[in-house]
Amino acid sequence: MAGPVASVRAWFDERFPLDDLKALAQKKKVPVHRYSYWYFLGGMTLFLFGVQVLTGALLLLYYRPGADEAFESVQFIMTQVQFGWLIRSVHSWSANLLVFMAFAHLFSVLFLRSYRKPRELTWVSGVLLLFLMLGFGFSGYLLPWNTLSYFATKVGTEIPAQIPIIGRPVLLFLRGGEDITGSTLTRLYGFHIAILPALATVLIGVHLALIQWFGMSVPPGVEAKWQAIPEDRKEIRFFPNFVLRELMAWYVALGLLGALAALFPWGLGVKADPFASAPAGIKPEWYFLFMFQTLKVIPAKVLGMDGEMLGILAFGVVGAVALLLPFLDREKPFKTRRWITGLACVFLGYMAVMTVDGWVAK
Amino acid sequence: MSSAPDTSAAAKLAPADLPRRRFVNILLGTGLLASAASFLYPVLRYLVPPKLPDLGGDAVLAARLSEMKPNTAKTFRFGTRPGLLVETSAGEYRAMSATCTHLGCTVQYRPDLREIWCACHNGMYDLNGRNISGPPPRPLEAFEVQVRGDEIFVRRKQEA
Repeated sequence: MAGPVASVRAWFDERFPLDDLKALAQKKKVPVHRYSYWYFLGGMTLFLFGVQVLTGALLLLYYRPGADEAFESVQFIMTQVQFGWLIRSVHSWSANLLVFMAFAHLFSVLFLRSYRKPRELTWVSGVLLLFLMLGFGFSGYLLPWNTLSYFATKVGTEIPAQIPIIGRPVLLFLRGGEDITGSTLTRLYGFHIAILPALATVLIGVHLALIQWFGMSVPPGVEAKWQAIPEDRKEIRFFPNFVLRELMAWYVALGLLGALAALFPWGLGVKADPFASAPAGIKPEWYFLFMFQTLKVIPAKVLGMDGEMLGILAFGVVGAVALLLPFLDREKPFKTRRWITGLACVFLGYMAVMTVDGWVAK
Repeated sequence: MSSAPDTSAAAKLAPADLPRRRFVNILLGTGLLASAASFLYPVLRYLVPPKLPDLGGDAVLAARLSEMKPNTAKTFRFGTRPGLLVETSAGEYRAMSATCTHLGCTVQYRPDLREIWCACHNGMYDLNGRNISGPPPRPLEAFEVQVRGDEIFVRRKQEA
């Protein structure tokens, strides 16, 4: 029965380790326990990133960067191109859900303590990826060149400028000049479609390779129980059982994205006018809102220190702690675990309160 | 999570022997296929670039009388494509599409030959736009010319 299919397969097998990969996929197991569903958040984030890559590539077919063309080209996509409104709305919705999923994934990993040895680097690469996603959000926000995105970028690039010494060079680098102009647009466009995707591809590769290497983490409580009673250990095969479940979740997510985009299409707003005043109620994207709101409520001077500076410093510390969290988690000499969980709860609460406050604030 | 209890019973029968399973499989399969098509269809349509707004019956200002002399021509914008306005030696105005019907180069008027010439592959058209020599397969689309005061307007010929 050496048909043409079999001979092509045999040719391929000699040149590509397909059978080895298949054997690996069949051997690979995924632990099952009461917290298993939290495992889907990472996969969901990955799926949404894939949606971003595909819809982003589609938008590139018609989008034109440039102060005179960007808004018009997005308008063209929304009104003239068939299903252009759908593609752009899916891109925007997926971007927002992606950031939400990435945060949810981070906190679930944190509370299940999956970052502990030997998975510290998986955590670090994940936090770096979250920062990258925020960078994607920030750079992509300006691309339609509307009033809202114009002023959000203005404020957003002004914030790092408060840092002593390096602040101004950073501002000039981000803006491509003193002000937000067409140069800023082409710059952020370059970040959004070339530099950030390249970095993200590498980091996602590392993140996934590490997960493959160490397998999925089991929460400490469950692990202890399994060690005591080995018969209780439950696992399913990665392929096809886990993959099919994951695909099912992705399919539902795709349907949900389509529905959200169709029922609540993303608006375009008014074309940016560098000489118009900032409209009332100007706000950044919701995932930056808690930082924005914090900077708004900090008094101008705190203990003789510049309030703005203090806020930026605090967020810098939070970012550094998040990045290095696995190295702070030690059984001895202190019980740092409870501290970490407590701090994460406080920060999560703070984020929630400040986001809501920023949302309802005038 | 746990395996269904009926696996042993199902294992005795091949999938084809189970009409209910086959029915469910067909139902799920066609459902998945249909939804996948509904996701793919907008993407395929999106890839087709939309037609730019056409001029329809609108007239375009091609030139002013003062710009034109006998035995000269002027290229003008007709929608997204160039058009050619010729004043013959007799002082008549002729207008036509300036896109060669061969491979789409823009044609020009040759005062020495009193013909329209395409530089790309040496195609020739007469002043009515008829292809008379060289590779062009079809005549140039002729337009209607109207002179209003000092202005020369050109528009598509209205179909009778």
